[in-house]
Amino acid sequence: MTNDLLFDFTVDKATKTVTITREFDAELHLVWDAFTKAELIDQWIAPKPMTSKTKYQDFKVGGKRFYAMVSPEGQERWAIQEYTSITPRTNFKMYNAFADAAENPELPGSEWDHSFSEQNGTTKVNIVIYNESLERLERILDGFTQGMKMSLSNLENLLATLSQK
Amino acid sequence: MRRDIFQAIADPTRRAIIILIASQAMTPNAIADNFHTTRQSVSKHLRILTECELVKQEQQGREIYYSLEIEKMKEIDKWLNQFRKIWETRFNQLDKVLLTMKKQKK
Repeated sequence: MTNDLLFDFTVDKATKTVTITREFDAELHLVWDAFTKAELIDQWIAPKPMTSKTKYQDFKVGGKRFYAMVSPEGQERWAIQEYTSITPRTNFKMYNAFADAAENPELPGSEWDHSFSEQNGTTKVNIVIYNESLERLERILDGFTQGMKMSLSNLENLLATLSQK
Repeated sequence: MRRDIFQAIADPTRRAIIILIASQAMTPNAIADNFHTTRQSVSKHLRILTECELVKQEQQGREIYYSLEIEKMKEIDKWLNQFRKIWETRFNQLDKVLLTMKKQKK
């Protein structure tokens, strides 16, 4: 269904940036909504079997989304996204940081820059993520792999990597 | 002490050392010549890289040569590939959400 859509993922270790580009077979306003409305974000952002739950969201500059990634065992990993720049249906930037359940951020976090463009009904999204530390990236991965223990293919990959250490 | 591989690449000087010795084995003195820092500082970085098993030492006569463990570097790529998978899963889920949104509009 979507195999012909562009997906590009690059990591530049020197500049600590991850760049992700993906095309979607949908009009720009739908894709924009899916990235910016909490009730829609929660439907796709957590790789199964994880789920995402948003406690509150205020999509405006200076506003926040406070949310948790929830593992199948019910373990919650809270994080805060603060919106730093919004150009409707074109671009938005945010600062993402882990947090505790009481909304205290753990700094440093990462800077996210999303750009949207549409051509012939296909919408391209470009995401640039800047991480202050690569160790932080590792924590993100740890969280997901713990949550994905049910998913055998991922577990196999993880074990293969660990066994070589 | 076993160190984490990501500690090795988290520092700009260590990344520069990795690039430097990727093509040829070098002595600590030769490595230090490339940096505006003390020998001690370069030795410290080399020690950390060794503990991370990212570089290996080889005695040649009176000199010790440092070279890169290519296999260990590949491990980093494998690790990063896991992120790619997370995003792939995410976006496949988003495709479904968008499909539902399109149907609801009609």
